[in-house]
Amino acid sequence: MTDLLLLALGASLVNNFVLTQFLGLCPFVGVSRRFEAAAGMALATLFVLTLASGASYSVWHWILEPLGLGYLRTLVFILLIAAVVQVTEMLVRATSPLLHELLGVFLPLITTNCAVLGVALLNLERQHGLVESLVYGAAAAAGFGLALLAFAGLRERLETADVPAAFRGTPLALITAGLMALAFMGFGGLVAR
Amino acid sequence: MNASAILAAIGTVAALAAVLGGILGWVATRLRSDPDALVERIDALLPQTQCAQCRYPGCRPYAEAIARGEADIDRCPPGGEATVRALAALLDREPRPVDPHYGTTRAPRVALIDEDRCIGCALCLPACPVDAIVGAPRLMHTVIAAHCTGCELCLAPCPVDCIAMVEPAATSPGRAVA
Repeated sequence: MTDLLLLALGASLVNNFVLTQFLGLCPFVGVSRRFEAAAGMALATLFVLTLASGASYSVWHWILEPLGLGYLRTLVFILLIAAVVQVTEMLVRATSPLLHELLGVFLPLITTNCAVLGVALLNLERQHGLVESLVYGAAAAAGFGLALLAFAGLRERLETADVPAAFRGTPLALITAGLMALAFMGFGGLVAR
Repeated sequence: MNASAILAAIGTVAALAAVLGGILGWVATRLRSDPDALVERIDALLPQTQCAQCRYPGCRPYAEAIARGEADIDRCPPGGEATVRALAALLDREPRPVDPHYGTTRAPRVALIDEDRCIGCALCLPACPVDAIVGAPRLMHTVIAAHCTGCELCLAPCPVDCIAMVEPAATSPGRAVA
């Protein structure tokens, strides 16, 4: 139990996928202009990442490894992630048309969120079991969501701030992201792994 | 690597893809719920003029309002009696004439721009719900008659009143209704 807790803490804060490992940067910059959209994206990513890490572990453990087809993992994982994203999109469209409209094109874009593939591959590299994979995926998504929401909040505030013209918009967003990454380095000594 | 290993790899990936595709198809059919299907069927009966005379932004929102029971079926002047009758049959209600409060039903007409008087202000372009007006700022505009649904929404924005509603030409290829 403690192990799982430490794993979750490590994946969400210490080795935050966006701000420490720099995975999943495109939705981080793309969907952080409005807080509501960012919240929807964070939720969708949480769902997709958890499901995808469980599914990719299962496929790896019960199909690819016994058949000696480990070298196909990247291809197969991309296929799996695309399918999971499609299911999520259909679920969201059926249950919450408002959220579907808000997320718009970004929901299918989770397919290309490298954090999802990164989690699936890191699960193999660290030889996680099924439960560990699920926890690792959920924690990575929670860390992604935390960074995304904080970033979206900062950007909403900065929209109305009086900044020099040269820094307005994307340059300031990138500087903000850099400062956030520096701040997240402070979590470095929190957990040993 | 020998041939059987390659075949095994191809077979595994193909089988996985087939299974995932099957799951996706199953989910897609399961999630298409009945109320949604009703909206689709009502929407299919509406004339798709997107004229908003029913006080909804377009035909699809009106269909959703009918499905929710918020709006009655007598609010569509472009569709006229035929649409009301079709809706009444679908929803098992009494047909009734179109409420004149939402506009009067008349023979289909199309907008025609008097090209000598058009000043090229482009104000009518965003007003057209079906993009049937061609033009650019400071250039003359014209209406693609085959696409015009006769909704009259372009009349109000025109500052020089150069748009008139006319009978469609006998040779016109008919209305392009989705």
